[in-house]
Amino acid sequence: MSTVTLAGAEVEVDPEGFLLDARQWNEQIAQEIARQAGIDALTERHWQVVNFMRQSFLDTGSAPSIRTLGKASGVPIKELYELFPKGPAKLAAKIGGIPKPRGCI
Amino acid sequence: MAHRIVILGAGTGGTIVANRLQRLYGDRAHITVVDRDDVHVYQPGLLFVPFGLAHPSEIVRSRQAQLHGDVEFVLAQVRGVALDSAIVHLEGAADIAYDVLVIATGAVLQPEETEGLLSAEWGRSIHTFYSLEGARVLHETLADFREGRLVVDVIDMPIKCPVAPLEFCFLADWWLRERGVRADVEITLVTPLDGAFTTPLASERLGSLLDEKDIRVEAEFATGRVEAAARKLYSWDERELNFELLVAIPAHGGADYLGRSPGLGDALGFVPADRHTLQAKAAKNVFAIGDATDVPTSKAGSVTHFEAQTVVENIERHLEGDELTGCYDGHANCFVETGFKKALLLDFDYEHQPLAGRYPEPHLGPLTLLGESRLNHLAKLAFQPLYWHVLLPGHDIPGIGSRDRDDGHLDAARQEPSKAVGSR
Repeated sequence: MSTVTLAGAEVEVDPEGFLLDARQWNEQIAQEIARQAGIDALTERHWQVVNFMRQSFLDTGSAPSIRTLGKASGVPIKELYELFPKGPAKLAAKIGGIPKPRGCI
Repeated sequence: MAHRIVILGAGTGGTIVANRLQRLYGDRAHITVVDRDDVHVYQPGLLFVPFGLAHPSEIVRSRQAQLHGDVEFVLAQVRGVALDSAIVHLEGAADIAYDVLVIATGAVLQPEETEGLLSAEWGRSIHTFYSLEGARVLHETLADFREGRLVVDVIDMPIKCPVAPLEFCFLADWWLRERGVRADVEITLVTPLDGAFTTPLASERLGSLLDEKDIRVEAEFATGRVEAAARKLYSWDERELNFELLVAIPAHGGADYLGRSPGLGDALGFVPADRHTLQAKAAKNVFAIGDATDVPTSKAGSVTHFEAQTVVENIERHLEGDELTGCYDGHANCFVETGFKKALLLDFDYEHQPLAGRYPEPHLGPLTLLGESRLNHLAKLAFQPLYWHVLLPGHDIPGIGSRDRDDGHLDAARQEPSKAVGSR
């Protein structure tokens, strides 16, 4: 665990840069994390996914999988990969300030 | 009038809850359990079937025979649940009205969700061990498998028993070595997550097992489609992986009727439930247990067993008109077979990732957490009789239960800095 400054705010992150406390998140922090991951500007479609991820996590305690995103976020899976290259579920979680999707070990 | 309690599903959760409620209420409740078949599979045994370590007949019993004699068992498919009128509609059987409903219909395999998976190669070069029939057929195929790439593919999360694919790789390594063909086979684990181990302590302690056993990992590979004739897997971002033998863990979802019951199931058909009380978010008189819920812990028998206590307590409180106080903490533990007659033991909950240490007694054990041992393997084998004779009837297993954890090892481990690494 370490403390970093993102968009002028001090936040606690895990070794991979995921926020440890979802309550410390704000939209400027999201933009900053996205920039560091190579996404220059978050579009409306990015936000649709990020907000869905975040709300799902706050409601259920876990981050949705790729399949759930494809079925329920309103953005098809192919487009998810265009918006968030390599790993949409992981990257959108990071930008949304929620924990990394993980297994039990 | 007796309370009308209806339980959908006679697997681990439905059976334990039915038996505990029957003993609690006696004549004061009429308990009905509905299932579409009378085949209760001891699911931890499925892992052993492909390697000839268990015969399908050894891990199957009648569902009804596991239920208390006073519990009514109805063999029927559920058509849907009407929450407003509190009625369960069945196919070819009379509707059932309930005061309290328990959803315990688990998770179903959905290979049809992945393009190309259910092809002419299904049962030939493409298999699963997540069903009894699948595990049986895979055993036959493995007998003739001597060379090429064996791909174990987790299509999507969540899945039942999330460590089982890894255990399959470990056992396949052992089995192929025993047969003297390991050098001619490459074993690759494909996962949509970012590694075989995704928590820091497990990664640190267990990462070397993959090298020792020469198991390759294709991480962040979310399977988009299978081209069966060409024996190739493609990820959604068009990465390609060929295989001689594919062991797929198909996508999972909730039972079909949940999608036909407005308000009950989420996008995948799992039941949104309060993670601590296990009350369904859709209705106060509906509870959910086990693999059927959306609560953020593993889909596993141990979870279901620990949840049962909370569900029974909260049903009692609900029927009395009291506030729900039963509280499930996400506790899970599982044995992980690592081959060569050894196993690991994991123990975790909502707040704590798997820790190192001893179980069930801190320091004493006798079982080792997050480390390989022969005793863990023997304990895993010894568990099946306990499952049928102690766990399903709803009796307590000494030393193992949610409540025993008030002074349990997780709290003990937290107080010891040397062991607390995994909790952060």
